[in-house]
Amino acid sequence: MGANLSAVAYLIAGICFVMALRGLSSPTTARAGNLHGIAGMVIAGATTLAAPGVLSYGLILAGLVIGGAIGTVIAIKIEMRAMPQLVAAFHSLVGMAAVLVAAAALYQPDAYGIGTVGTIKGLSLVEMSLGAVIGTVTFSGSVVAFAKLQGMVGGAPVVFPGQHWLNLAIGVAIVAIGVRFVGSESHGLFWLMTALAFLVGVLIIVPIGGADMPVVISMLNSYSGWAAAGIGFTLENSALIITGALVGSSGAILSYIMCKGMNRSFVSVILGGFGAAEGVVAAGGPARPVKSGSAEDAAFLLKNAASVIIVPGYGMAVAQAQHALREMGDKLTKAGVKVRYAIHPVAGRMPGHMNVLLAEANVPYDQVLELEAINSDFRATDVAFVIGANDVTNPIAKTDPTSPIYGMPVLDVEYAKTILFLKRSLASGYAGIGNELFYRNNTMMLFADAKKMCEDIVKYL
Amino acid sequence: MEAATVDPLVFRLTIFVLAVFVGYYVVWSVTPALHTPLMSVTNAISSVIIVGALIAAGPADLSLSKVLGFVAVVLAAVNIFGGFAVTQRMLQMFRRKG
Repeated sequence: MGANLSAVAYLIAGICFVMALRGLSSPTTARAGNLHGIAGMVIAGATTLAAPGVLSYGLILAGLVIGGAIGTVIAIKIEMRAMPQLVAAFHSLVGMAAVLVAAAALYQPDAYGIGTVGTIKGLSLVEMSLGAVIGTVTFSGSVVAFAKLQGMVGGAPVVFPGQHWLNLAIGVAIVAIGVRFVGSESHGLFWLMTALAFLVGVLIIVPIGGADMPVVISMLNSYSGWAAAGIGFTLENSALIITGALVGSSGAILSYIMCKGMNRSFVSVILGGFGAAEGVVAAGGPARPVKSGSAEDAAFLLKNAASVIIVPGYGMAVAQAQHALREMGDKLTKAGVKVRYAIHPVAGRMPGHMNVLLAEANVPYDQVLELEAINSDFRATDVAFVIGANDVTNPIAKTDPTSPIYGMPVLDVEYAKTILFLKRSLASGYAGIGNELFYRNNTMMLFADAKKMCEDIVKYL
Repeated sequence: MEAATVDPLVFRLTIFVLAVFVGYYVVWSVTPALHTPLMSVTNAISSVIIVGALIAAGPADLSLSKVLGFVAVVLAAVNIFGGFAVTQRMLQMFRRKG
């Protein structure tokens, strides 16, 4: 295949990837979009296989079969609750692949047409360094994020004095080594630079607490894109450059949306240390009286309501309550109650996580609304049913400037006629602060396991 | 400006910057409900880095870079197949009422 024809094919692949993202503007076009993505990948892969330098297919085929089989099995078996971990793991693979490709280009530059060993173009070395360093940071950062999400290490932030200075020092060292690497093409310096980048990846993720995980995953998504773009420049491949740019900006936008959903600045998330006190019962003062009810009470309130808004949080997913919840919603809908679901931007552990969990439980997506779309409706709602969520409903975010969550957009459940709070205890949420709503007159606490309670309510409906 | 030809790097930078802008506008049009599939599909497409891996794994003779290429092919393939398959699986779940 001629070089010009290949370049056109890579461009087409790039356009297919744009279409894949474009399709996601609505659930009705999303599946077609995904097929575009697959088509783009096939075009890009086939074009490369037809390149003059690719002569032996045995090892490539073996690699595709092994990797394809592993990937497919994982994709079929993975639980939707574990999507954040899966995505983190996948990011680490992209990062690692970027490093390996950069190293391969360093050891065999003639295959990529960027010179011969010892005489690689300086510019190519710069691009290679960028791809390798960002790729390594993506790799080690994603591994730490994966371990945190999977519960292999504690989710609490790890902070120590001088942390940011240490990161800065290593960053400066990487740049200095990078400059010398570009001047010398020393393989030793390449690996030294990569090793330091590995350390940076670990160090920038450990101080970030569990509550900020959605930002971390989005950020790593972005990094994996920039790494791919860096390699794209080295390989002078437009499909890779376009894709890297798309993915990089996608991750950056998602990070921004997640930060905004928590009213945190990106810098403060990166600096970390938030969300240390997790699951502590709101401290201070004597115990205040709360109204608590049974499944029967809740069922009575729900079926006599004209409209109900369900506010699910990550606790619902932990309790695996989404199917029981959907059954409850269905029964209410059948009884003539207007049922809708309200989703806070950071309701799950990654962007859009809650929507997927509800979709998995067969909740129709047109009943599921985002915060801006539904927040004004709480005033005209009879029952707000909060299940496994806490901080995202806390009115203190609107009233107390000293609160750590002050300014965070919250769901206005406080304006509903009755609030049903399904929770195991009065413990606070990620942010470590109590919720005033528990003690309101129009609040009824339902202390139980979320799944068990939903099943019991269904019995009484 | 005396150079008559433009460095190819400038063309690549042009592509890159334009693609960042395309990405910016396209991603803002993605419905928040599909942000998780967005992440899994961006994951899958960023594995187009496999093109670099295929070139490394392609030469007839065995070398260090061929081995590195092979490992990269495996990793990228996990991502491509896994990423597209899990995205499709999620998108199948999004259904309207009835």
